Amino acid sequence: MQTGCHRFRLIFLKIKMSKKLLLKDAHIEGIRFYDVYRRQGGYDAVDKALKMTPDVIVEEVKTSGLRGRGGAGFPTGMKWSFLAKPEGVPRYLVVNADESEPGTFKDRYLMEFLPHLLIEGMIISSYALGANTAYIYIRGEYSWIPDILEQAINEAKAAGFLGKNILGTGYDLEIYVHRGAGAYICGEETALLESLEGKRGNPRLKPPFPAVKGLWESPTVVNNVETIAAVVPIMNIGGAEYAKIGVGRSTGTKLISACGNINKPGVYEIDMTITVEEFIYSDEYCGGIPNGKKLKACIPGGSSVPIVPANLLLKTINGEPRYMNYESLADGGFATGTMMGSGGFIVLDEDQCVVKHTMSLAHFYAHESCGQCTPCREGTPWMYRILKNIETGKGTMADIDLLWDIQRKIEGNTICPLGDAAAWPVAAAIRHFRDEFEWHIDNPEALNRNYGLANYADPIPQAATAE
Amino acid sequence: MSETIAFQPETLKQVQKIIGRYPEGKQKSALIPVLHLAQKEFGGWLDVPVMDYVADVLSIKPIEVYEVATFYTMFNMKPVGKYVLEVCQTGPCMLSGSDGILQHIRETLNIKNGETTADGLFTLKQAECLGACGYAPMMQLGKFYHEHLTNEKVDEILQLCRQGAIALD
Repeated sequence: MQTGCHRFRLIFLKIKMSKKLLLKDAHIEGIRFYDVYRRQGGYDAVDKALKMTPDVIVEEVKTSGLRGRGGAGFPTGMKWSFLAKPEGVPRYLVVNADESEPGTFKDRYLMEFLPHLLIEGMIISSYALGANTAYIYIRGEYSWIPDILEQAINEAKAAGFLGKNILGTGYDLEIYVHRGAGAYICGEETALLESLEGKRGNPRLKPPFPAVKGLWESPTVVNNVETIAAVVPIMNIGGAEYAKIGVGRSTGTKLISACGNINKPGVYEIDMTITVEEFIYSDEYCGGIPNGKKLKACIPGGSSVPIVPANLLLKTINGEPRYMNYESLADGGFATGTMMGSGGFIVLDEDQCVVKHTMSLAHFYAHESCGQCTPCREGTPWMYRILKNIETGKGTMADIDLLWDIQRKIEGNTICPLGDAAAWPVAAAIRHFRDEFEWHIDNPEALNRNYGLANYADPIPQAATAE
Repeated sequence: MSETIAFQPETLKQVQKIIGRYPEGKQKSALIPVLHLAQKEFGGWLDVPVMDYVADVLSIKPIEVYEVATFYTMFNMKPVGKYVLEVCQTGPCMLSGSDGILQHIRETLNIKNGETTADGLFTLKQAECLGACGYAPMMQLGKFYHEHLTNEKVDEILQLCRQGAIALD
């Protein structure tokens, strides 16, 4: 029944072919290699940028309206303009490739298939920032990708785009790849810098911000992979043209990594003018939900953004279509909206249990808490254990209120946003699916949920027994 | 573990190259990449003497190595099997059936999370999100990801491991 309904709806959808800026050449055989990339116009943006002054490039990025693509959505040009420039002190660009937010796998795609796009973006960005050394901090588990990146770096160097006196301009730049070792927290910029300095990934107090005191106490800009890659098309078409793509403050294109209960999971480039409904149901994107099942809920920006039920996902509270952009997704705040976040788009069909999914995410955050702040260290496993009790039929009605109380005491009370990231999924699940929690508590005999629960051992390591 | 712990000459060259990526005096930045090399070269886990050796190589205190090695999930603090099956269990993988995959591996190998088979061949590690959500369920084996897993596909992988016919590097 549902299939027919969606087919009927699709007749009325105006499917637009989205504009491709980042992935336009992704389908080309051998685009991973310098020669092929160069033939497609690769590194033309570097040629163009090195004829400009760094300040002009920063202005161009400001004009483009580019916002950080890692999750926070902070204006990139503004972030760059905050960089301190004390005399005789080196500056650094660090690319955050620690992509670890559940639901998010777009940067992996870029690095794996378009490594030169990232390198080209890094050259332009480093020049604009006055950095002569740049690092790509890549999550350790992506262990085959450093080889790809290093090959691209070597090819770019051989072609004169990296190293000493690039293109005879007198500008020097070295790019290095640095592998992490498995810690979600290292996606937080200051934890990433700690890790890059060879320490535990414990976030730093801000201020001072990395732009003033970053890597080895030097001014540093930390930007996401997609953000830096987007600098290339901005240089090629100009900031003003880039700003014309999209809508309002959601300019340019955005990579969305779609997963969960959809027919066509994968990485898509959208221009942020399409509706959420188009994105889920059109064949150009997710291709609908398998087996004609109904859409139950969606987490549209990576696991830490609030889950929204289908009725609030497709339409705003005013009944208008919801669009795949920063403002529309956030419309109404967390009461009725959510966030664009990292673009990790997780779809749940009608058969999925929100309690169990929330429990799984709570397990993730409990496991990944660095342990530095008490609310997060103690609160995240506590939330997980309560959720597991509810999921296994051992919960009480008081547990729902307790969960609500715990997440409120975590949110905003930690050094870094991991506390918020752990709190929001729980809060949104209770806000929108309280009846599902209550059903679990009212019907413990109906829960035959031991299957799979062995996967969720307590995430807090037990003290090692002395041999 | 051998009596004398020392990197192979080729690995030492790699270590020097890694140290060269960072400014003079900042060789501690090389710690995580060097620990990866150490784990690979010295039996798949980081014993205390190995960590002490790494501290020596980088001219830092042993405690600086211990606190880092115990923080990151990719470093094994106890011996592991030849094949470490790291199966993602986080939300998106769970939606795509990772529970069933884990159950199948547990039943097939008769081990629980963190355990190693009696023959020392397999260790099961349940991982948090590995960034393959669109290709779920999945597991990491050595350097590579195995995606779109089914029970049959898992059986094939286990068989290839037993035959020593699967790439880890």
